[in-house]
Amino acid sequence: MSIQEAAERIAARGESAPRAARDAVNQAMVNNWVEAIGDRNPVYVDEEFAAASVHKGLVAPPAMAQVWTMGGLHWTRASDDPLGAMMEVLDEAGFTSVVATNSEQNYFRYLRHGERVAATAKLESVVGPKRTALGEGWFVTTKTTWYVGDEAVADMVFRVLKFRPPSAGPAKTAAPVLRPVISKDTEFFWTGLREGELRIQRWGETLRHPPGPMPPDGDFDAKPDYVFACGRGTVYSYVVHHHPKVPGKDLPFVVALVELEEGVRVMGELLDTDPETVRIGLPVEVAFVKIDEELTLPAWRVAR
Amino acid sequence: MKDCSVGTELPPLTIEATPTFVVSTALATRDFQDVHHDRDAAVQRGSKDIFLNILTDTGLVQRFVTDWAGPEAFVRSIKIRLGVPCYAYDTLTFTGRVTERDGDDVVVSVSGVDSLGEHVVGTVAITLGGE
Repeated sequence: MSIQEAAERIAARGESAPRAARDAVNQAMVNNWVEAIGDRNPVYVDEEFAAASVHKGLVAPPAMAQVWTMGGLHWTRASDDPLGAMMEVLDEAGFTSVVATNSEQNYFRYLRHGERVAATAKLESVVGPKRTALGEGWFVTTKTTWYVGDEAVADMVFRVLKFRPPSAGPAKTAAPVLRPVISKDTEFFWTGLREGELRIQRWGETLRHPPGPMPPDGDFDAKPDYVFACGRGTVYSYVVHHHPKVPGKDLPFVVALVELEEGVRVMGELLDTDPETVRIGLPVEVAFVKIDEELTLPAWRVAR
Repeated sequence: MKDCSVGTELPPLTIEATPTFVVSTALATRDFQDVHHDRDAAVQRGSKDIFLNILTDTGLVQRFVTDWAGPEAFVRSIKIRLGVPCYAYDTLTFTGRVTERDGDDVVVSVSGVDSLGEHVVGTVAITLGGE
């Protein structure tokens, strides 16, 4: 199952069951919070001031909405928690690190002491893979709503980036890839990829790719050597592969025919790129996708 | 009445993000992730030091706006996007300005910057209260 399919399945479950806050809204937790944050607003702590205010009594800081239902020190996620389920899927795919990127909270009213909130959560969207400064990753967006009884008192759209740290190495493939047939004529090319070199066959002055047994002019005595391509080029043509499934690949993916600065064209997957943004002429650079000790595939990334 | 016309700048707020600040805000927001209180664990996970958690940013942004708007301003929403981390020993400076005004409804755009760059940007929607 692809990451997208797993996300759709989790999103289709809708809202999780309500999780009740451990404690009702109380002055002790408010005091800790305002002291730590340095918030001296008297409506949270000064009973007399609060009674005379628009609130007609003490209220909790609205920004504490999420605090009431935080898990605490010894906590495990509920089994129907959509964020937890999505994190597991991405962990298994090698996207093991997480960082919060967005929090958008709406407060419908302030909470008062003695009220006990409960939260439900649902998965809104999973977008990726995206190339980010932290590494390749997926943006996971959830929506949480806090209730007192049946009344929604606050909600939050929360987005995290679940990413693969660059040091974590190549992507884990879910299934074996289709392997190329390596002949005596093409062996130098695959050996080069294993060593991080993009090698292009040369017959005299003429470069030729894909490599073959004969020079373009058909001289039987000619012997080829190769040059090291600089690895920069532009998209000459491309296809977006939606169907059928390909072993080891999440759909859709982009296959690009890239015209190198050296003048020859080389085919490979265009990695970490939204198919919508690909265009003829897009500058790209070579990438080396290590499948195992024997096989490294050439691929492309959008040039920075 | 406070000047809340579009373009009004809020008085800046400076926060010294001492280790005590980072740890006490993490615990006051009931966020026990080790990267917010355990330096060794934070370093092991690839961070320079412990760093502020997102619930604290929401709280700081709220404080920054209500310090200016007054204790009875009603906070309607806080929307923030995180940039670079705020590690212990850094200094965080909040600036903001009024970007929308419709009667008592005011939107303030907020930016919090530390030594690494923009740590948090966002908007806070409030309804002004009595003064």
